[in-house]
Amino acid sequence: MDVRGKRLTLDEFMNTELSVKHYPEMEYNWATGVAITKFLKGLKNGKILGTYCNDCDRTVCPPRMFCEECFNPMNHYVKLPDTGVINTFSLAFIRTDATRREKAEIPAVIDIDGTSISPSGFLHLIDEDVSHDKIKIGMKVKAVWKDEKDRIGDITDIKFFELLEDD
Amino acid sequence: MSSKKVGMVSVGLTRFNRRSKETPKELAYYSSKMALDEAGITRKDLDGVIIGSAPDAFDGVHQKHEYLTDGSGGFNKPTMRGYVGGGTGVFSPIQGWYSVASGVHDVVMVTTEEKMSSIQPSAQAGFLTIFDNLIERPLGPNLVWIFALEMKRYMETYGIPKEHIASVSVKNKGNAIDHPSAMLGKNFTLDEVLNSEILCDPVRLLDISPVADGAVSFVMMTEEKIKEFGISKDDVAWVDGVGWNVDTTMWTNRDLSYPKYVEKAAKQAYNMAGQKDHSPEVLRKWLSFAEPYDPFNYKELHHLEGLQLFAKGEAPKAAFDGVTARDGDFPVTPSGGLLGVGNPIAAAAGMKSAELYLQLTGKAGKRQLSGDVTRGLAQAWGDLMQVGTVLILKGGRVD
Amino acid sequence: MTNKVAIIGVGIEGFRSSIRELSYKEMVYQAAVKAYSDAQVNPRDDVDTFISCEEDFNMGTSITDEYAPDQIGGAQRPVHTITGDGIQGMAAAYMQIKTGMFDIAVVEAQSRASDILTHNQIQHFALDPLYVRQFDATHHTAAALEKQIYLKRSNTSEDAVAEVAVKNHNNALFNPNAAYGIKATKQDILQSKMIATPLRSGEVSESADGAVVIVLASEKGIGNRDVDPVWINGISYATNSPNFHTRDWQTAKYAELCAKKAYEMASITNPKSQIDVFEIDDTYAFKELQHLEALGIYESGEAGKALLNGELGRKGSNPVNTSGGTIGMGNGHDVNGLQRVAEVVHQLRGHAGKRQISGAKTGLAFSWRGVPTTAGAIAVLGGN
Repeated sequence: MDVRGKRLTLDEFMNTELSVKHYPEMEYNWATGVAITKFLKGLKNGKILGTYCNDCDRTVCPPRMFCEECFNPMNHYVKLPDTGVINTFSLAFIRTDATRREKAEIPAVIDIDGTSISPSGFLHLIDEDVSHDKIKIGMKVKAVWKDEKDRIGDITDIKFFELLEDD
Repeated sequence: MSSKKVGMVSVGLTRFNRRSKETPKELAYYSSKMALDEAGITRKDLDGVIIGSAPDAFDGVHQKHEYLTDGSGGFNKPTMRGYVGGGTGVFSPIQGWYSVASGVHDVVMVTTEEKMSSIQPSAQAGFLTIFDNLIERPLGPNLVWIFALEMKRYMETYGIPKEHIASVSVKNKGNAIDHPSAMLGKNFTLDEVLNSEILCDPVRLLDISPVADGAVSFVMMTEEKIKEFGISKDDVAWVDGVGWNVDTTMWTNRDLSYPKYVEKAAKQAYNMAGQKDHSPEVLRKWLSFAEPYDPFNYKELHHLEGLQLFAKGEAPKAAFDGVTARDGDFPVTPSGGLLGVGNPIAAAAGMKSAELYLQLTGKAGKRQLSGDVTRGLAQAWGDLMQVGTVLILKGGRVD
Repeated sequence: MTNKVAIIGVGIEGFRSSIRELSYKEMVYQAAVKAYSDAQVNPRDDVDTFISCEEDFNMGTSITDEYAPDQIGGAQRPVHTITGDGIQGMAAAYMQIKTGMFDIAVVEAQSRASDILTHNQIQHFALDPLYVRQFDATHHTAAALEKQIYLKRSNTSEDAVAEVAVKNHNNALFNPNAAYGIKATKQDILQSKMIATPLRSGEVSESADGAVVIVLASEKGIGNRDVDPVWINGISYATNSPNFHTRDWQTAKYAELCAKKAYEMASITNPKSQIDVFEIDDTYAFKELQHLEALGIYESGEAGKALLNGELGRKGSNPVNTSGGTIGMGNGHDVNGLQRVAEVVHQLRGHAGKRQISGAKTGLAFSWRGVPTTAGAIAVLGGN
């Protein structure tokens, strides 16, 4: 089978082949809507909010205005503790632009305490100063908040989660 | 209503390159022209064109569908682009199927394309914008994060050793040596994979498929047209079953150890093909081979389980033991997969769909499986660990 | 049983110049709930396949279909995106039902123009990157080039073009889903700011936020449901060329191509007399006239005259854009086609309120994807 497509080296691609450069300027200003507005305002006030679905009898986090399971509206907001359990985590040595980090940051999915039927939560970071061999799936963690004056109603109002269990 | 029988009668592929000289349009032209020539038809014979391509950010063009239309043979034709992230390359032939099975079109061109080198400094920057705009992007996530998170959870749940997972990289990159489009066909040792550069633990460099530029095309048509054009049944692969499924956007609320959405897509396809028994042993006999999506090595295993081809947690050992080798009991990814051939998103899964056709028609060259190859399954996956697309083809002389 | 496909439910949220109190997902949810109530379906059990029409850069998200399923009830169900106009999405759903393997399908499209701060730059990003994007002209410039040719070729007057905008803004006053109902006059349009000769700002539809969800069903899918079906008698879509140097500037070729196929499917030989209501893309005022001619409803040069004679008004013999069109309802980009379809459904069901055209039995909806595309889609619909 004769396949076509000319392979370029990095040097050819960057330096010798002709190319056209374009720097797109695209800006968005997304409305946060009903549920995420409440969630972000909660974070500004140092609280984690979820929503309770009457029909499914479950509490989920992050909150939403409607339940994706039964498709009914959800309007019962619940204050949840700022503690949870590590569902999964990674030691990440790579940045968004694919450049490498010396010291790993530690993204994790945190299941927030008080959610049910199955635990639910969100993507965040674990304290990157924690010793790497200490951290395990299933460990309890607690939110470390920014100072109240620095909180703006954003997911980063939580600096990271710290391990609660010490050995 | 009953659907029309739909046959795939040719495929066309470009070489997969880290950086291609050709523009996205030109890549699409190479593969679609090759598919036309292989089928022995011309652009005039086409009733419609399906285009598959993943994020517009990679090629750097808004409304990429429109931009790609002429390169894909769509000038003055009905053209349509469907899109399910990484699942696209298997979904595009599914769109080809429904366009023809519906009776709306008789002959269609399906072209999948991706040029990832256009975005600089790295395709990873394009991946930032796949994350939730309100509560995830401020954390600066990258694509490798979510794979690492899912892989970690999968390993933890079933107690899977990394060696078992790494063996998939060795197998697929080795298989790719025999694929003419491949960019990373090479015999690696297990140790080389296990000790490659760490990116996001547990993910290392050789656990990942390389980003690429490339295009893959198919010609699909009705049984009547196949007869009319005088195409031999030996050059046909029939669509036997299709399925697709998308899970909730809330990926952090899901069970990351098992792809339920892949199971649902697979069962849709098996049922359509009349295969009602979904037990692994039965399915592995019914299918001659499978091409599950392998952008990361563990994903091939995760998907084999979602596809019901192995019980939960059992695919890794089977791979390590050689069951899924090209000459094993149940060959998996004889093409070399994304890990070996390369991963130009939509075109990568397009390449997997093409492998079904090539194996079923005996055109897979050095990769050709021994024995009777009667039925194959390709599967792709995408979005936020969320979509499963499944295509089952059977040989031209199989009833 | 024949294998006919019908629209059995329509839900609209908006359109308004901006909807800031809801996120885009929540906005779509509102439209979906209305559509499912109208169609008497439970999306979690009854719907076989879902289609979401959206573009990455319009949403500001790569692989934007990730965020599509939940708000239409599609989680863990067959869902896929069409990166195109809502009528293209409807064609995809129609084909799926026609395979006989799906009985109920959902098509969703939306516009969140107010979430975008740099709309011109995004549209600019659709131009060929190698030799067109370098020109520092807005996408409206291409529309101006096209209008220049259209006026000359068809001998249509600027008065007629202005009257399109006047008619559509005024029609929108009677449509509760329209964002730009305005008591406009010809002078307002003719004296509005020149963007690029001969195109004035008053002739350009303004963006708006809104969502439309429609439910399609086979006869089997309709079953015993208490619904008012509107039948899809013909549906098609076509693309001319993405390149400025190879596209047809003389006519809206894409409209000619897809109309031919849809008319054939619907056994339409004389659209002007066989179709009662028309919803035709008017992203730019002249496009309504140009499209009417390309669709074979009027001869070249006759659409403008018909408009000035009152034929295209709500009381005329061939009412066009009773909804207010895109000029009156607001430019919803990927959702424009479903705006058009929704109005035809309202008319054929006799639910169009003060806009109702009495005795409307057949309707035509036509959409265009806007500059720089040459892509159009058409649906020919019939009442029960």
